[in-house]
Amino acid sequence: MSEKNRATPLLDELEKGPWPSFVKEIKKESERPMVRDLLGLLERSYEEHIGHWKHGGLVGVMGYGGGVIGRYSDLPEEFPEIAEFHTYRVNQPSAWFYTSDALRTLCDIWDRHGSGLTNMHGSTGDIIFLGSKTEALEPCFADLTEAGFDLGGSGSDVRTPSCCVGPARCEWACYDTLEACYDITQTYQDELHRPAFPYKYKFKFAGCPNDCVASIARSDMSVIGTWKDNIQIDQEQVREYAAGGTDIEAEICEMCPTGCITWNGEQLVIDNSECVKCMHCINVMPRALKPGKERGATILIGAKAPIIGGALLSSVFVPFLEMEPPYEDLKELAEAIWDFWGEYGKNRERVGEFIQRVGLGNFLEEIGLDPVPEMVAHPRTNPYIFFDEELEEDEDE
Amino acid sequence: MAVATRKTDIGPPNYKQFLPPIIQKNYGKWAYHEIPEPGVMVHVAESGDKLYTVRAGTPRLLAITTIRAFADLADRYCDGYIRWTSRHNVEFLLTDPSKIPALKKDLEELGFPVGGTGNAISSIVHTQGWVHCHSAATDASGVVKSLMDELFPHFVNMDLPAKLRVAFACCLNMCGAVHCSDIAVLGVHTRAPTIDHDELPKVCEVPTLVSSCPTGAIRPATVDGNASVEIEEEQCMYCGNCYTVCPSVKINNAETDGISIWVGGKVSNARSEPKFSKLAIPYLPNNPPRWPEVVEAVVNIVNVYAQNARKHERLGEWIDRIGWPRFFELTGIPFTKYHIDDFKHAGETYKRSVQLKH
Ligand code: HEM
Ligand code: HEM
Ligand code: SF4
Ligand code: SF4
Ligand code: SF4
Ligand code: SF4
Repeated sequence: MSEKNRATPLLDELEKGPWPSFVKEIKKESERPMVRDLLGLLERSYEEHIGHWKHGGLVGVMGYGGGVIGRYSDLPEEFPEIAEFHTYRVNQPSAWFYTSDALRTLCDIWDRHGSGLTNMHGSTGDIIFLGSKTEALEPCFADLTEAGFDLGGSGSDVRTPSCCVGPARCEWACYDTLEACYDITQTYQDELHRPAFPYKYKFKFAGCPNDCVASIARSDMSVIGTWKDNIQIDQEQVREYAAGGTDIEAEICEMCPTGCITWNGEQLVIDNSECVKCMHCINVMPRALKPGKERGATILIGAKAPIIGGALLSSVFVPFLEMEPPYEDLKELAEAIWDFWGEYGKNRERVGEFIQRVGLGNFLEEIGLDPVPEMVAHPRTNPYIFFDEELEEDEDE
Repeated sequence: MAVATRKTDIGPPNYKQFLPPIIQKNYGKWAYHEIPEPGVMVHVAESGDKLYTVRAGTPRLLAITTIRAFADLADRYCDGYIRWTSRHNVEFLLTDPSKIPALKKDLEELGFPVGGTGNAISSIVHTQGWVHCHSAATDASGVVKSLMDELFPHFVNMDLPAKLRVAFACCLNMCGAVHCSDIAVLGVHTRAPTIDHDELPKVCEVPTLVSSCPTGAIRPATVDGNASVEIEEEQCMYCGNCYTVCPSVKINNAETDGISIWVGGKVSNARSEPKFSKLAIPYLPNNPPRWPEVVEAVVNIVNVYAQNARKHERLGEWIDRIGWPRFFELTGIPFTKYHIDDFKHAGETYKRSVQLKH
């Protein structure tokens, strides 16, 4: 089978059209027997409307509990070269910056040890090396670490943290997302490589409330930049936008969610005490408006996809935290959460689900955070309050 | 001995070595940016320095042949500096704007379109599908390719009321968490797994299998003399966790697997708060290689949104303004019992007022 090219009429159909074709990408590496078998297997899936992969058995590199996804084909006789077709998650550099040399080094390593196919990048952020045999795992890992790269997380561990482009290229970054991401990744190498949690724990660092890394939807710990003081306004530039056709009244004032902006044709006035830092006005007039100068981040906890208890967005834990290295407060919070969730969380229970099970109020008490109204959309509407036993004594004091 | 010298836990390389000098110099000191043309951004620093970014779409699945070609382009135009975005786009970072036309031409000759900025459809965040995952209800790359071929004008132009983020996941696990996208395309299994009772006792451990099910739907059972399991079908929500630990419990089904479409989510905090995507179409058939039903449905939603939304209004904000009845009316999508939530807290999604449009 793997010696010759099998006809792939259905996949060939996907070489047409203006969008770059993944089939063309696969074919670029099809001098490899492994990739020819992949094409054959995929064509079978297209014919039969069903996948041909199975899980089964743990694979990995010595001393690590994560970073490799084991994959086996359910048609090993027909496609022997991809009977084993494991992936590596290679921890990406902060904000996915590379030099051409670093890319070539990665390509050379993958040329030697695997299919030559990658994902740039996996949804968590890692560089994905797609498909190699079990025997290649250790040598590939040795080459990677020699070149200064390491594996990312998988399983019930800290997953590879990721961040937006932040201060490297974005005027709105309210803290250094790249450094925070790098620092946290380096600090928690053990937690990242050796799964010891009830389930996965993801960090994502976004520099402002636009949240270009979708941290509020995809991370157990979302760190989203924000500011406390006044939006910086350049009135001259506001007038330029108005002269250039921006309808300030309709596009800015009326679309501000708190109605805290007024415009008299000359001056833009923002009632900053009412501003909820949504970014809309700044997004529309980047030359005129900027976040304030007293900057930090809001820390939110607990996002996850639906499986199993339903999808959750992260919710506010710390309304405002200064984000300066070495990020002691953030680490303290993460570790307090891991201690409590690590001990009482059920197997495969994300921290967001755990918080719902034990109740946010109880959770806060255990990790030593005081409740504040910023943490809720509104106070409870049901009267089923479980009072602590010592409550009355407290009040007597 | 080899083990002693083995390096571990070194973490990723420090990003600082990959930042171009202009970024190192102006780090955290950017003043503003503009989008002079689709796919090109200029970031102006307080120092007056200008950094030009050319963004190109990719299929995410890239051959090392292509990555090496990108590295060559980075050498030719950008002193070797290059990055990727959170949505699988590749970005070339230039200081000399006169090189942009030639770079764009080279990229387009290589087959990678420049675009995805501003009020456009950027690349579709997606997952593995039949290329690599065991629980995929459909293929990821093929559906994404078919969709982007049709949505292409919205990638290379900035002709929509606001950004429109499309995401794809091939099963309910939703790697990549598509559940907060303007349009989410989600592969769905629609039947409980079938069990090969003859094979199961030979390849699987029953206790592991039983505990793998998040809803407790799996029970040990003796079937035709085999120490196997049975599945309480009403309790199964088709997550495929059982198949992960036991290949004899087959979640994939060529006849009944398909695709659902969800709309109106967002992650940004701009204007309205982040929100989940909601069900628009519960099921469309798996129809490779081009999935015409799925493509038609998505294009329809995009068109109706583009014609009706106000400037800056994201798809979900537009629906919030006009109301769901009008969304179904304008798109012509039938509303069915599957659209009504019946999971935990479903009652919170029922309409409990008479504020209705007639
Ligand atoms: C119970 C829930 C989940 C299960 C059982 C699950 C299972 C898997 C499996 C089996 C793969 C391997 C795919 C392959 O390469 O063959 C995978 C990949 C991946 N998963 Fe999940 N997943 C779950 C939820 C999630 C969620 C919620 C996210 C993100 C928010 C996520 C992020 C990823 C990423 C980034 C990959 C790498 C491959 C890619 O980017 O396509 N997973 N997952
Ligand atoms: C004019 C306003 C905006 C500008 C100039 C802007 C700037 C940026 C920048 C610099 C990136 C690259 C970040 C990275 O890859 O790490 C980016 C990507 C992204 N932004 Fe924004 N942001 C804006 C508003 C928003 C808003 C309002 C949203 C969400 C609703 C958003 C969502 C995203 C997403 C999802 C990406 C990934 C895009 C891609 O890879 O193609 N952005 N944006
Ligand atoms: S999240 Fe904010 S700071 Fe980060 S890249 Fe997006 S717009 Fe810029
Ligand atoms: S950031 Fe949002 S809430 Fe604040 S003034 Fe601007 S539009 Fe209004
Ligand atoms: S979404 Fe489901 S099928 Fe797709 S890669 Fe993730 S686990 Fe696999
Ligand atoms: S598919 Fe999921 S819910 Fe259904 S039986 Fe298997 S593990 Fe349980």
